[in-house]
Amino acid sequence: MSTAAVTDKRRSSLRSASLPKWSPWAIAAGSIVVAVGIGEGAGLTSHIQWGLIAALLFVLGTFVIASAVEGRRQAKDRIATSLMWVAFLVALVPLVSLIWTTVKRGVKVLDPYFLTHSMGVVADSEPGGGIYHAIIGSLEQVGLATLIGAPVGVLTAIYLVEYGRGGLARAVTFFVDVMTGIPSIVAGLFILSLMLMADMQPFGFAGSLALAILMMPVVVRSTEEMLKLVPNELREASLALGVPKWRTILKVVLPTSIGGITTGIMLAIARIAGETAPVLLLVWGNSFINNNPFSGAQQALPLYIYQQYSQSSGSTAAYDRAWAASLTLIAFVMILNLAARGIARWKAPKTGR
Amino acid sequence: MDMTKTTDVPPPAPQPTADLKKSANRGATRAGDRVFLGLSRGSGILLLVIMAAIAVFLTYRASLAISKDHGNFLTTFEWNTNLVPPSFGIAVLAFGTVVSSVIAMALAVPVAVSIALFLTHYAPRRMSGPVAYVIDLLAAVPSIVYGLWGALILVPHLNGLFGWLDEYLGWTGIFSWQGGAPRSMLTVGILLAIMILPIITNVSREVFRQVPRMHEEAALALGATRWEVIRMSVLPFGRSGVISASMLGLGRALGETMAVATVLSPTFDIQTSLLDPGGGTFAQNIASKFGEATQDGRDALIASGLVLFVITLLVNGAARAIIARRKEYSGANA
Amino acid sequence: MAKRIDVSGLTAYYGSHKAIEDISMTVEPRSVTAFIGPSGCGKSTFLRTLNRMHEVTPGGRVEGKVLLDDEDLYGTGVDPVSVRREVGMVFQRPNPFPTMSIFDNVAAGLRLNGNYRKNELNDIVEKSLKGANLWNEVKDRLNKPGAGLSGGQQQRLCIARAIAVEPKVLLMDEPCSALDPISTLAIEDLIGELKERFTIVIVTHNMQQAARVSDRTAFFNLAAVGQPGRLIEIDDTERIFSNPSVQATEDYISGRFG
Repeated sequence: MSTAAVTDKRRSSLRSASLPKWSPWAIAAGSIVVAVGIGEGAGLTSHIQWGLIAALLFVLGTFVIASAVEGRRQAKDRIATSLMWVAFLVALVPLVSLIWTTVKRGVKVLDPYFLTHSMGVVADSEPGGGIYHAIIGSLEQVGLATLIGAPVGVLTAIYLVEYGRGGLARAVTFFVDVMTGIPSIVAGLFILSLMLMADMQPFGFAGSLALAILMMPVVVRSTEEMLKLVPNELREASLALGVPKWRTILKVVLPTSIGGITTGIMLAIARIAGETAPVLLLVWGNSFINNNPFSGAQQALPLYIYQQYSQSSGSTAAYDRAWAASLTLIAFVMILNLAARGIARWKAPKTGR
Repeated sequence: MDMTKTTDVPPPAPQPTADLKKSANRGATRAGDRVFLGLSRGSGILLLVIMAAIAVFLTYRASLAISKDHGNFLTTFEWNTNLVPPSFGIAVLAFGTVVSSVIAMALAVPVAVSIALFLTHYAPRRMSGPVAYVIDLLAAVPSIVYGLWGALILVPHLNGLFGWLDEYLGWTGIFSWQGGAPRSMLTVGILLAIMILPIITNVSREVFRQVPRMHEEAALALGATRWEVIRMSVLPFGRSGVISASMLGLGRALGETMAVATVLSPTFDIQTSLLDPGGGTFAQNIASKFGEATQDGRDALIASGLVLFVITLLVNGAARAIIARRKEYSGANA
Repeated sequence: MAKRIDVSGLTAYYGSHKAIEDISMTVEPRSVTAFIGPSGCGKSTFLRTLNRMHEVTPGGRVEGKVLLDDEDLYGTGVDPVSVRREVGMVFQRPNPFPTMSIFDNVAAGLRLNGNYRKNELNDIVEKSLKGANLWNEVKDRLNKPGAGLSGGQQQRLCIARAIAVEPKVLLMDEPCSALDPISTLAIEDLIGELKERFTIVIVTHNMQQAARVSDRTAFFNLAAVGQPGRLIEIDDTERIFSNPSVQATEDYISGRFG
């Protein structure tokens, strides 16, 4: 019944010429050899260029060889595959380099002395000094921000999930979304405008307020997701026993989802701990130890990194300190992340799905 | 419980007991409920108040600054807030912000989508799990660390690329290079791309993972190659998700401060070449000019921050509209 | 056009779990063969080994031979992509491409395989939709999304999509289980027409359906949960339902288990 055209255009056999399994490796090896040849021959010094030439040759070679042997469709499939691999490997380079350099350069001056001393009278271009003041500042600012941001965020999420219908809830939902997109520097400028009105000087808590603003929407979103995972049957079971709603929320809903909520808060803390811009505007930076977040300029880890980089006019000692502080900051953020994920896995609500 | 009476939509599950409770259980219970509702609703209202305050205060300070501006706030090519009268405009910043974000998106989105496809459809299973996990962690690396890495590691490595671009594409004008330090808009774009890559990859990967198996099998059963399955099933299904992931990345790129401030050599003009140092972005300009700014200078910076705020709001609004459309669309075939 | 399928000694795994073991059977061209059996007996898995769809499931692996006429689907150098073009498949839940129009859905397989002129494509799409008894219902809205059709229409659209590329064999994995009785009837009628042109293999949970549509019926069973499924017997449908040679088949058909 089929038209002749249809049958003609299709391959009648199940077998089609195909490249052997090892061909991608062979093409890859070939392109690397040729790339090295070109690199040496043309005297290219940058090994990144060698790599790029090899990648380009690999993609082109794959396409030419595959379309000659297997036909256009297979060639397209193969070129897509090789492009994906190349994209993946190319993207790995900067990301691996980032982690590798931070660790390698960071461990140079990262020792107990570094962690327990401030910059004090050490000039930015000289070796010595540490990040104790920055750690204190960061912990205080982030801690205070969490004390404000986390409860407001969790309560707002409870309102949205447990109570909120109607216009107010819709407005809150909408503006939480909007708030998620606020650049950190804008949050900083907002607090700054308040401080300009009150004619205040920089102090740690001002930074906390800006960080709290950045934290709230993140906590609302993650807590909302977690509360929605609590099955309605649980709430109904409790309400049916005559337990008032607020006790149901406190005793049934929150305990069920506490793992996920904690995870969300920790991820939010990890995010704000790395914020530099609002701290730069509001806390100003300080090379001495200031334990009081409510008065006087403070330091914070991310700001410390920035200032060591930008105010030291290229001194190696300052760069070393910047890397060491980066490593400390990354370690802090990663530990928070890993712990948060651990809690999420450990306390994951069993939804019976 | 009287608060819930004001709702217009009937609540789904637990509410039916409300009336019962109201008649049977007054007193302490009601007080507890009222306090709790008050607290949680108060928090929601506080969020709204904060948003309103941000808009009001930024606008107020900005209006103070703009009223003193001797130049044109939109078109003046200088930022001299210490002059009497001050003269400043956002044209250069708007240009730089847009250009660097566009470069970042152009570089990051295709690579991020490729990696996401790679992780969901190409990589060996044993590899894709850990890699996805690591990329997830990379999304949490603070931007100042990207900035430090960009300034100390990336910038010195860009001389080769810049020289090459100048040699072969210099005739286009936008890739010509006078040999200054490679701290230009292109550098900013590349660093921003690296920075937003993990987040776009992660969201896209989530989207691609949600492509229903049956759509992919439909294509496979027609005799599609792996790439054709992606073209026919995965990409159409994931398109709007990828767009919203990109918008998320764009939002980050637009508002990024430190990573730009560390790698750019700012000047207050517009370079035709992407390779020559110069230009600036909103966020970077605020961070760099803030230190020496007077009261008026700070107000002027707040005014530029307000513009940045509005731009990011528009971008986020667009992203949300796209996500909303996707919801309608995927409901049709659930 | 239709081809014969000869299976010998076929065993399929999910990872280390053996799902079906040592199955051998012959499926005659231009006939309908039904697979019946209790849940988990591996009949769908077996069906998916017939066009090499089993191996796209993570961990899926196959041993044994499947001859399509004289060519082994699992022979060296055989391209699974070409196999699936020869052996079409219709799934349990209708799965038209959600972003494509009705026309594009039917043309999807053709567009993969080469350049067709516009009117050529139009002809094939029309013929396939007619072949799937859907043409009259959709001819005025070929450019509307396929996802907007009813479940039964969507399933017929999927059948049209499958037959548009002129496969030799059509596999159907419980094609009616997600449909209402009237749509089911429409599909069953369609199967009766399609067997003039294709070799059809259908997995079904519904024994009346097997009795109504098939010429031959294969009964699968498993000894216990966790054990691999096996082919118990295959025979003319009439025989299976009136006088099966194995006791287990009779027990299953008469509703004593399953």
